[in-house]
Amino acid sequence: MKVRAQIGMVLNLDKCIGCHTCSVTCKNVWTSRDGVEYAWFNNVETKPGVGYPKDWENQKRWNGGWERTKSGKLQPKQGSKWRILANIFGNPDLPEIDDYYEPFDFDYDHLKSAPEVKAFPTARPRSKISGERMQKIEHGPNWEEILGGEFEKRSQDYNFEGVQKEIYGEYENTFMMYLPRLCEHCLNPACAASCPSGAIYKREEDGIVLIDQEKCRGWRMCVSGCPYKKVYYNWESGKSEKCTLCYPRIESGNPTVCSETCVGRIRYLGVILYDADKIDSAANTPAEKDLYDAQLDVFLDPHDPAVIEAARADGVPEDWIKAARQSPIWKMAMEWKLAFPLHPEYRTLPMVWYIPPLSPIQNAAEAGKIGHDGEMPDVRSLRIPVRYLANMLTAGDEEPIVQALERMSAMRSYMRAKTVDGVIDEAIAERVGLSGRVIEDMYKIMALADYEDRFVIPTTHREQVEDAYDLRGGCGFTDGNACSSGISEGSLFGGKRKALKMPEAM
Amino acid sequence: MHQFLFGIYPYIALTVLIFGSIARYETEPFTWKSSSSQLLRRRQLIIGSVLFHVGVLVIFFGHLGGLLTPIWIFDALGISHGAKQLLAVIAGGVAGVMALAGGGMLFHRRWTDPRIRRTSSFADIGILALLLAQLVLGVGTIFVSLQHLDGHEMTKFMSWAQGIFTFDGQAASYIEDVALLFKLHLFLGLTIFLLFPFTRLVHMLSVPLRYLWRPGYQIVRSRRKTPAE
Repeated sequence: MKVRAQIGMVLNLDKCIGCHTCSVTCKNVWTSRDGVEYAWFNNVETKPGVGYPKDWENQKRWNGGWERTKSGKLQPKQGSKWRILANIFGNPDLPEIDDYYEPFDFDYDHLKSAPEVKAFPTARPRSKISGERMQKIEHGPNWEEILGGEFEKRSQDYNFEGVQKEIYGEYENTFMMYLPRLCEHCLNPACAASCPSGAIYKREEDGIVLIDQEKCRGWRMCVSGCPYKKVYYNWESGKSEKCTLCYPRIESGNPTVCSETCVGRIRYLGVILYDADKIDSAANTPAEKDLYDAQLDVFLDPHDPAVIEAARADGVPEDWIKAARQSPIWKMAMEWKLAFPLHPEYRTLPMVWYIPPLSPIQNAAEAGKIGHDGEMPDVRSLRIPVRYLANMLTAGDEEPIVQALERMSAMRSYMRAKTVDGVIDEAIAERVGLSGRVIEDMYKIMALADYEDRFVIPTTHREQVEDAYDLRGGCGFTDGNACSSGISEGSLFGGKRKALKMPEAM
Repeated sequence: MHQFLFGIYPYIALTVLIFGSIARYETEPFTWKSSSSQLLRRRQLIIGSVLFHVGVLVIFFGHLGGLLTPIWIFDALGISHGAKQLLAVIAGGVAGVMALAGGGMLFHRRWTDPRIRRTSSFADIGILALLLAQLVLGVGTIFVSLQHLDGHEMTKFMSWAQGIFTFDGQAASYIEDVALLFKLHLFLGLTIFLLFPFTRLVHMLSVPLRYLWRPGYQIVRSRRKTPAE
């Protein structure tokens, strides 16, 4: 057993209202620079839809993630190491920027500088890459917002696998949910495995996956290696960039920007202890449907004295072990079995998990024709097909999803009975294999979702590895080469000249 | 002038190549990259890039082996100068045409595609143009070589190149009487060496062959000290 700690995230999709505050605050902090205008370390997709970049979930097309070969070996789906190197001159699996969207801006200045004309002046779009006029914007970061576009195109969604999807194109049967996405900070990251330069690494102390900007050579294999398409190639700097899980904030015990600003309070951050020795075998589980259970098996119970002892021996700090015991992630993923990994079949063992959303009961059930399983509505008759959620979260295994939806539904019934009727109805809790006490805990964490219940983040112990005295006059976070004042003089070696952008006085 | 261009200039070019590359690697690692533009436009890139790179690599190692292997090794192996010359003409010719076709596609793409043109630096376009010119000159020398297939002319270049690397002060004199086309080809080649550290060419020093030997797939970095025993 080799105990490591990881900061995991859970998103409660049942409460996501699709406001994009997470995306916008992330954008403002991390990708408001040249070369990554098109990159959204965090984006929110309306499902069903093909998403951003288009059709990213379809690994038959993009070859991201891992595959188990016929001989039972685990290797990146884009190929073994020599195969990846052979594609270095031209990567056949790399998306083109149009698969994301061509970044654009508008000629706002024209609105005030246009001469007197008969037609009202308009601000027309212009490409942020070539600077040329764009006649028509063909795609954007959230092109399918609230089921935008025709069902024909959106129904290419990979999660419709095994679902009779035609009826969901009808107005009466349509359904919708939001899926906020960011880097999964996988236990078995395919981006790191695909990087020929060895620039991508996972941090032992908190599991954050980062790209060393000085080691990255821009071979762009990580972009195609990541099945979630969450590594972005910065076309200006020629380096790959990705979500950093806001590590400067995490290190100081603060939640990521996307989590902090989430108005729906759907995001949770906490510590998960896991056994690094089990990663290989878990990711290489033969049947795809078993991958979810295999990943649960990698996690270690922070209440188990043997685990605590092993964690101490492996150098996990005491407050991290304590945080693991209070982790909302542990409760939702392991104790209540409400949260699930996104596409476990990619075999990356992702660490950003999702609680599936409840949805209204179909009209038929409301008319009393079908669907009441005793007191509670049958979750299989909810508007969002269980199979659709299962394809997204458990590689198609419906049972765990059904259980989670039933438990969430039970939580509502139980709390309604308690607060409206003034009755404690333990039978509701028992029917879904929980107790009233657990349901009230669920209610506190998931429904009330206080700040300190959502974010249980221990600080990083830099003091144990660095002598602060040696860091005097250091420059903290920089933009590439050693110290930076924010101004770049440009250089013989191709460094770009950049002026410090300061707001000007009017 | 001849002595300067082929006796002294090679040392200037090689010195700048070596020390310039070290300086860039040490002081500006962030600028060390392949500068791929595949993301912005896939059209013409894959086939052009593969043809160009494979062609250039064959040519590069052909020149390296052909020029710097002492002539007595060929003699010992029983390879006549004429046979070596023929090999060089055929292999170099095929690779040269490949590289020229691929490079031509890449240049056309870089020059005409607004996305790529706009995001290219002067050095990006300039170095590709120089490489193409060098390829044209190189393929052009084949027609001169076909006039004298005995391989004698070729041994002059071997003596010169080996002379440069063994600090032979007379090196330049060995190629005093070769055709102008060869001299232009040599001069441009040395100039590309000189410009090497200041262009995207540095990415060739980072060929990630170590990837093949890297144990396993994952990389974990630790900032933690191993706990006290």
